[in-house]
Amino acid sequence: MHVWGNKAQQCFNGGKFADMRFLLIEDNEQLAKAIRDRLGLDGHIVDHAPNLDEAKHYINTSEFDLVLLDIMLPDGDGRTLLSYVRAAKMDTPVIVLTARSEVSDRVSILDLGADDYLTKPFDFSELEARVRAVLRRRGGGTATVQTIGDIKFNRMAGTLILAGGPVELRNKELRLFEVFADNPNMIFSKPKLVDRLFSYEEDVSENAIEVYVARLRKHLAGSRVSITTLRGSGYRLSVS
Amino acid sequence: MSMRPARTTSLRRMMAVQLVSAAAVLATVLIFLFQSFSRQIAEESQDNVLLASATSILESISARDGALSVDIPYAALSMLGSISDDRVFYRVDFGQETLTGYGDLPRATDLPNASGFTTVEYKGADTRIVSATRNLSVDGQSRSVIVSVGQTQEGLAERLRELFWTAILIGAGFFAFSAGLALWASSRVFRPLSALATSVSRRGPNDLRPFLKPAPEEMLPLVAALNGFTERLSRSLSRSEDFITEAAHRVRTPLATVRTQAEVLFRRIERDENRHAMREMIRAVDESSRAAGQLLDQAMVTLRTDALDRSDVDLAECLRDVVERFRAVADLRDIDLRMDLEPEIHIRADPILIQNAVTNLLDNAIKYAPMETEVSVSMHRDDKRIAITISDQGRGFDEDSEADLFARFVRGAASSGTVGSGLGLTIANEVFTAHGGAVELTNNLEGPGACVIAYLPA
Ligand SMILES: Nc1ncnc2c1ncn2[C@@H]1O[C@H](COP(=O)(O)OP(=O)(O)O)[C@@H](O)[C@H]1O
Ligand SMILES: [Mg+2]
Repeated sequence: MHVWGNKAQQCFNGGKFADMRFLLIEDNEQLAKAIRDRLGLDGHIVDHAPNLDEAKHYINTSEFDLVLLDIMLPDGDGRTLLSYVRAAKMDTPVIVLTARSEVSDRVSILDLGADDYLTKPFDFSELEARVRAVLRRRGGGTATVQTIGDIKFNRMAGTLILAGGPVELRNKELRLFEVFADNPNMIFSKPKLVDRLFSYEEDVSENAIEVYVARLRKHLAGSRVSITTLRGSGYRLSVS
Repeated sequence: MSMRPARTTSLRRMMAVQLVSAAAVLATVLIFLFQSFSRQIAEESQDNVLLASATSILESISARDGALSVDIPYAALSMLGSISDDRVFYRVDFGQETLTGYGDLPRATDLPNASGFTTVEYKGADTRIVSATRNLSVDGQSRSVIVSVGQTQEGLAERLRELFWTAILIGAGFFAFSAGLALWASSRVFRPLSALATSVSRRGPNDLRPFLKPAPEEMLPLVAALNGFTERLSRSLSRSEDFITEAAHRVRTPLATVRTQAEVLFRRIERDENRHAMREMIRAVDESSRAAGQLLDQAMVTLRTDALDRSDVDLAECLRDVVERFRAVADLRDIDLRMDLEPEIHIRADPILIQNAVTNLLDNAIKYAPMETEVSVSMHRDDKRIAITISDQGRGFDEDSEADLFARFVRGAASSGTVGSGLGLTIANEVFTAHGGAVELTNNLEGPGACVIAYLPA
């Protein structure tokens, strides 16, 4: 009866963190708008429900890849929605956004059926990492493999498959390659890449990007795929 | 650590002392009464026999042929012998003339038709004397015959001495019995009080229900006061918890808004100095939200450690949950998280507190270690204790200059350039100490890096 649910695997395009549809359940209008704007920057679509009632309405009528749920809502405790979702056997992942101290609760949020939780305020790179982890756990082996030139890219497994065999990418290398693979002809400046790869907590210099680019180049050596430097403007993925 | 007020005299002892002294007074009075009563009875019975003896002698006197014949019946004197071995004296006077007996035996008052008793010293012994009078007419002349019978009181004194010891014995028996009764009663009277004390102290730390068991009338005000107090306590506790929760919500929500808006703006800014300023702003928001969060966490941790809500915890499972939650964050820094947790270890603990403490330690390990290194969490038990070890490959602790890291708000050498509040180790230490354990800050024996060990009693 519910159409909501099974979209996660299909839409989470082989591990691509873009074009996802979120349901944000949050009563604070300003925060909701800010989160919407912020997720919009990464190409996501966000529906917003300010209370439990509307949230249930959305859940029963639309499909979402992920639910972001605030715990303190004007018409009740967000945890009742968790039980509602779990009782209805819907398998859409839920990440709880809580302003409470973890220590205030006698029962862990995870025990109530949430896939993960974050305390406000949160870093969006952490949210992204958690969303990826949750979807990876949920999606299992439905990863699609993207072909670029003569190599194959498996985001879910974090591997590049070259003629000489597979290469495992570290997390940052994977994120960087993903940025290029998602936008094959786009030029990325170093600052933009820093934004994509690092959280604000870290004081990284733009040289860090050079290090990762150098590593990727080493991995790609011998293939037709390369990362070219465009003097003064940045990097681009190219296939020869 | 529980405090006790200074001790004043025990109520039970006070009551026992009072009851026992009352018993002592009663026993003394009893001895006294018994003695004087028995003396009175002994004296009366001697008097009665003396009087009977005198009367029977008096009766036996008859006037015949103008002369008095005194024929002292045997029974009159033998009845005296039956009460004791005391010496017996008698004397019969007719007018001024002593007819028979000891002429020097003093007479008791010689009132007509009446008898008198007296005690005098006679022949070196206390002697009880009775005198009885009767008028007889001899030769038409009526004169009084006075019969006096005396008996020494040595036997009586002997008997009174015996009775005295009997009295003492009875008194002592009475005292022993009533003192025992007093002790029993006083311990029994306070039994409901100690029952109440036991049921108060046997309660779990979070059990603030009122006491509703029936209690003696005298204790009802105490129980009512106790219930009033627990109710106030529970109200104030839940008010503190509500306050902390509410404060967290009020502070964190707007901070989240600011931070998110700042991230959106940051993405749109092109100029370097503006980007730098924006980054600083985001870090400042992180700094304040971290401080607020940790302060509230610590307040909550303090509340919870005051009254530990222990349950059965599978330690490996509990730690695995924490470590798994850090995977995403560790991934962001390309840090490898390793786990080596001994299974099947169950302890009585507050799992949420333990998880919060380990979260703080693991947060440090991941935060203070360089990217692309390894952080390992291990947990093992020996016969004395359980050790949870979190080790990283960062710069480690500087053991000389960082003695105080457990104190609130103290941050160390590694902290420059990272967001923090200096409360993480404070919280972890507070939690493990409350569980009877400790936290030890050391460095790895081999290679660089910190090695934080949290101990719990096995
Ligand atoms: N794993 C670690 N490696 C090096 N230093 C550490 C580590 N953990 C804690 N410290 C030092 O202890 C200090 C206090 O830690 P903590 O109480 O968690 O506060 P914070 O992390 O907010 O600074 C830190 O500032 C840091 O200098
Ligand atoms: Mg810390």
